[in-house]
Amino acid sequence: MPALEAGLADPATIAMYEPVIGLEVHIQLKTRTKIFSHSTHRFGQSPNSQTDPVVLGLPGALPVLNQEAVSLAIGASLAINCRVNGFSRFARKNYFYPDLPKGYQISQYDQPLAEHGWLDIRWEEGSKRVGITRLHMEEDAGKTVHDGYSDSPRYSYVDLNRAGAPLCEIVSEPDMRSADEAVAYLNELKQVIQFSGASDCDMEKGQLRCDANISVRRLGDPEFGTRSEIKNLNSFRFVKQAIQYEIARQVAVLESGGTVFQETRLFNTARGTTTSMRGKEDSHDYRYFPEPDLPPLVVTADRLASIREELPELPPAMRARFLEQYRISEYDARVLTSSVETARYFEQAAKSAGNSKAAANWVQGELMGALNAAGKNIEESPVSADALGGLVALVEQGTLSGKLAKQVFAKMFATGKSAKEIVKAEGLRQISDAGELDGIIGKILDSSPKQVAQYKGGKKGVLGYFVGQVMRATRGQANPRVANQMLRKALDG
Amino acid sequence: MKITQEEVHRIARLANLRLTAEDTARYARDLEEILDYVDQLGELDTSGVEPMAQVLHEGNAAPLRPDDPGRSFEQATALRCAPLSGAGHFKVPRVIER
Repeated sequence: MPALEAGLADPATIAMYEPVIGLEVHIQLKTRTKIFSHSTHRFGQSPNSQTDPVVLGLPGALPVLNQEAVSLAIGASLAINCRVNGFSRFARKNYFYPDLPKGYQISQYDQPLAEHGWLDIRWEEGSKRVGITRLHMEEDAGKTVHDGYSDSPRYSYVDLNRAGAPLCEIVSEPDMRSADEAVAYLNELKQVIQFSGASDCDMEKGQLRCDANISVRRLGDPEFGTRSEIKNLNSFRFVKQAIQYEIARQVAVLESGGTVFQETRLFNTARGTTTSMRGKEDSHDYRYFPEPDLPPLVVTADRLASIREELPELPPAMRARFLEQYRISEYDARVLTSSVETARYFEQAAKSAGNSKAAANWVQGELMGALNAAGKNIEESPVSADALGGLVALVEQGTLSGKLAKQVFAKMFATGKSAKEIVKAEGLRQISDAGELDGIIGKILDSSPKQVAQYKGGKKGVLGYFVGQVMRATRGQANPRVANQMLRKALDG
Repeated sequence: MKITQEEVHRIARLANLRLTAEDTARYARDLEEILDYVDQLGELDTSGVEPMAQVLHEGNAAPLRPDDPGRSFEQATALRCAPLSGAGHFKVPRVIER
């Protein structure tokens, strides 16, 4: 049954409604093998080259739970402040689709691994705590390809390399009220999970996937509206677009006297719209029942304690430490903890530089700018953290001016050489020595009688002209502060 | 317990089964009998018994497997029993995304 398509509401009308958003995020755990069997699940391998009897659902094959998957899922649970259940169960979710040869997905249902978590999020206009209902473990499905082959109009192509890859699904409470809040939640979630080591959360490799539940209600209405579920959101930009579109669509439906149906909708990335999947109503009856092939999962207090102890420092704690230890702004701390690698790089650079605030500026400014322009990650930076620290130290010691340092940095980035090597090879160093500058200043003043007269006549702004001349004569190497002082002394004295 | 024809149809749809009118009537009777038997079991007083979902290692920790890769099937082996395959994939009658 097609939903009533009433177009999109305008911003003024949307403002009379409150969106209510909850997110379901699937994260692939960073194990070597699948959740219930021994084949690998590496990305980008030839199709159907990573299967085994359990993955193919061959008769008699039995699942055995991967210990590392459990450890990583527990780590992820702790990272999102969930209570880990000592006893949880696997269940069969039954549905027919060729991406799952068994005819069911092994998941968790009424007794998930972890519950009652939260994350503190911050976005441009505010901050809040978002509740997390649960984290449960499940197996991934295979990949179905619907086009690209000459017989695609008649056949779908199935690759089961991903089938059985370990996932954790993290379900939030319906606590978000805008697309921006949803994106802020995703960012925070991605960061803490990455830091916990449970997953790299690389969206391009499908390691983090998001479904959004969205409803709208009139401002002040205590009841939630009917929600739709948007699937296929594989980038943060799409999450934002899809939520904004869906809010405008639902408001328009309600304003035109229509009804929002509880349905699953697909986000069309090309058009930026959502469309109804028009699945049969009862296709949502998954007939869950306890998985008879797997015993319950028991997490002892000892096991939980040891995983908690081994958990690395997580972004909220690290941000607080950066504020305290390095005396940088909260904004800087957020940027510098955006990934494990960035944080590690910054800390090493700050150590080598001796000035953490300056190191923070260099990492966020020149380094990230150059990396972006070169399309590189911080792990691939041609300038190591120690090398950047060394450059900052040369500025701190007064060997290099800020301007020279930027030139040196560009050469470091291009060649991979250290700041000292480049300074030595190019004879680049800041001239702060009065004796050396004295002669140069004398010559400039001698050759500019007109400007000298202007200065002496009260036009003090001409000083800038002289500083510029000194910089030019020294190819930018003069210490501008020293040159400034000396010029003033020569002219005023 | 009475099972209607509609209920049989719904269950058949979920199980991807196509039933004839004759099948439908027979399955309605079969399902009724099964549910009556379960009702009979329900007469037992189990108020003091812990619910048990399966008999394997009930109450004990699940045996866990170390995360060590074993041999995967070769692609050709994986596809050998498939009725249709091509370009290293299983081929199935076209399905609409859902």
